[in-house]
Amino acid sequence: MPKVKIDGVEIEVPAGITVLQACELAGVEIPRFCYHERLSIAGNCRMCLVEVKPGPPKPQASCALPVADKQEIFTKTPVVQKARNGVMEFLLINHPLDCPICDQGGECDLQDQAMAYGFDRSRYHENKRAVPDKELGPLVKTSMNRCIHCTRCIRFATEVAGVEELGATGRGESMEVTTYVEHALSTELAGNLVDLCPVGALTSKPYAFEARSWELTKTESIDVLDGLGSNIRIDTRGAQVMRVLPRLNDDVNEEWISDKTRHAIDGLRHQRLDRPYVRKAGKLIEATWDEAFGAITTKLKGMDGAKIAAIAGDQCDAESMVALKDLMTALGSPNIDCRQDGAKLDGPRGSYIFNAGVHGIDSADAILLIGSNPRTESPVLNARIRKRYLHGRCAIASIGPVADLTYPVERLGAGPATLRELTDGKLGFFEKLKAAKNPLIIVGMGAVAREDGAAVLAMARELAEKLNAVREDWNGFAVLHTTAARVGGLDLGLVPGEGGRDVAGILAGCEKGEIGAVYLLAADEIDTKRLGKAFVIYQGHHGDAGAHRADVILPGAAYTEKPGTYVNTEGRVQLGRRAGYPPGDAREDWAILRALSERLGKTLSYDTLAQVRSRLVSVNKVFAAIDQQVPGAWGPFGKAGTTTDAAFVSAVANFYMTCPISRASRTMADCMASRAHLMAAE
Amino acid sequence: MAMITADPKDVPQVASFTFTPEYMAKVQELIAHYPPGRQASAVIGVLDLAQRQQGWLPRVAMNEVARILDMAPIRVYEIATFYTMFQLKPKGKYLLQVCTTTPCWLRGSEAVMKACQHAADGEIFSVQEVECLGGCVNAPVVQINDDFYEDLDEASMNKVLDAFRRGETPKPGPQVDRQTSAPEGGLTTLKGE
Repeated sequence: MPKVKIDGVEIEVPAGITVLQACELAGVEIPRFCYHERLSIAGNCRMCLVEVKPGPPKPQASCALPVADKQEIFTKTPVVQKARNGVMEFLLINHPLDCPICDQGGECDLQDQAMAYGFDRSRYHENKRAVPDKELGPLVKTSMNRCIHCTRCIRFATEVAGVEELGATGRGESMEVTTYVEHALSTELAGNLVDLCPVGALTSKPYAFEARSWELTKTESIDVLDGLGSNIRIDTRGAQVMRVLPRLNDDVNEEWISDKTRHAIDGLRHQRLDRPYVRKAGKLIEATWDEAFGAITTKLKGMDGAKIAAIAGDQCDAESMVALKDLMTALGSPNIDCRQDGAKLDGPRGSYIFNAGVHGIDSADAILLIGSNPRTESPVLNARIRKRYLHGRCAIASIGPVADLTYPVERLGAGPATLRELTDGKLGFFEKLKAAKNPLIIVGMGAVAREDGAAVLAMARELAEKLNAVREDWNGFAVLHTTAARVGGLDLGLVPGEGGRDVAGILAGCEKGEIGAVYLLAADEIDTKRLGKAFVIYQGHHGDAGAHRADVILPGAAYTEKPGTYVNTEGRVQLGRRAGYPPGDAREDWAILRALSERLGKTLSYDTLAQVRSRLVSVNKVFAAIDQQVPGAWGPFGKAGTTTDAAFVSAVANFYMTCPISRASRTMADCMASRAHLMAAE
Repeated sequence: MAMITADPKDVPQVASFTFTPEYMAKVQELIAHYPPGRQASAVIGVLDLAQRQQGWLPRVAMNEVARILDMAPIRVYEIATFYTMFQLKPKGKYLLQVCTTTPCWLRGSEAVMKACQHAADGEIFSVQEVECLGGCVNAPVVQINDDFYEDLDEASMNKVLDAFRRGETPKPGPQVDRQTSAPEGGLTTLKGE
């Protein structure tokens, strides 16, 4: 390992890193604009100049200079300071002085660094250059006069998002960052461009002129709009969620989040359920909690447990799900399910989580996608697969939907028949998987949420075992969930008990009149027409499909309004925190169930959040391991059987609208329209 | 000269572009200069061929180049807008590139420029001011398509332009009695055996 001296302090650093990274290890801050840890090195902003000995007698860009043994680096000499001052003065020549009206103000790299390196007046008396603004779609607002040509956005679009649509045209003073032919960016990760831009050239369109960064309350939480459980920061002003930003977590989302995670939040302001309702004479009438509970009690008192059913939704926190499960057990009902889409997942933990972990993608050397389109199901995870592809020597193949995943994929076939052939070793790709040290088999919901799902799952397990993909040091069997609540629900056992009905059974029972009452815990993705004459209790936060059919509505809290535990697709238990309070009379979900249980005479045994959480741990001890990925047990699962010829279809047809929140979001509707326009143009 | 940094709207719409078989052969020959998988390295040459075939570079031609070289179109746009010798707007049959850098200017490029501007009609002649063409010993210099016309003044410039207008191709090089950059009126030294 090379030994270098930074500002007179000797430090040993790993070989192959740059001088800038070495300085960071030594705790010396280097100003920069174009350099970014997760992008390729451009070296064009020149802000990171340092003096290096031995070397030419002039300052050097530290971001693009490899460290060498016995190097002496000086970051605070007058030469360095003067050079950086000069760079800053040049950057500010064409940068408008519009900080007071710029959305980046207060969190702007240029503003911050100008405090340290800026000159207190301008020596430039010519006109500043004027650059036309660009149209990049409904999420990214441009103000190109402010652009300092760091090219971070170009590199992000090209490398991480995998859409080569941004570039720099012209040269010298005429250089512009643009798409040249004006069109919206066709990526699900566009919002990250705004985070990357070190100045105010790219800002958030939905958030334009909404708030200043310093007046926002920041809450670290977890995203529930897809199964990845991205780590987010929720910025609120008063009760209103103003924006969502990514938090760093190398094991989950690195520092990216999808556009839905970031921008569906305006859906939290519309269509909200803010008071209880009771249906009287066919119409939903506003009611008090007491009346709503009264209506439920009258209906459920004396009803046979077998006639009561419960379905948990896709964004429920573990606390409310355990309360629902306990309540149903107390009422004597085995009819409970958390798999609205009918996914045939109920085996040991290893059968329903992304065992390899998201970070495991980095070490996979052959990847097979079964019935999944990760680009729509989890764009950030898809970017991770793309990162693996860019790293090289990784064969990727797919059985299922045809889609542009931003990296080349060998398409083996459409349905279970192809999977059978592959498992039997009849396809060439089998050899590639066999030769791989760490084969990764990603099973999407499109493969298991179907009639023959159990048989498909059994085949996937057979394949994994044949490939020796499940070992002590590597478990390449990975289920990619599309919903945030699913793994938690399975961990808590929200599947039909002895003689119980699953979602399909419940709906069939409703139609036949065998089910008298259904409790929908924020479950909106079922065909509510099939609920027949059953008495429907809907507890949730949005007036979506479930609420429209409900006989009693109990207003709950959305994910930003309650502390909640969520388990992501890789089985990582994460804590979401409350960023604001639910509107009107709405309450935290587990508390609603607890209050209702008392009225039903089946009081649940917990009164505080801490008690609910210890109940979670007593149900399944994985809930004690916060932020850790607990490996899943392996065992027989799935059910060998005949499969149909039907092709696998991705579980997420429309990325922008998958849940009540995103369906209520105008920004998501704009994104959909923009994408449709783009598709039509092609 | 203003640089083009966005898809120009004020140009004739060209519906499609394909290389003719002769040009396609040249394209293939250029691509063969580079190792397999590195065909994108041929982009500047291929763009030049497209420009020679079409007279200028409409967007469809850049898209076709991107398709042939398996590049993202934006990468081709970047290159075409970077180099000033790519013409993103239609030009006349003869492109007059008048050098106005110091040596040419001192030797009277202003008058030459005036003559060119007078002739420029956008169909036969288009005129462009360029930086040093590297022919300072023969200043003032004008590049007309691929050839240099040197040692010009207003009168000889008009003569050259008239010849082009008549459909002739005047002899490139010095327009005075001079062999390349040798002295005017014949040799002055080393005349003996």
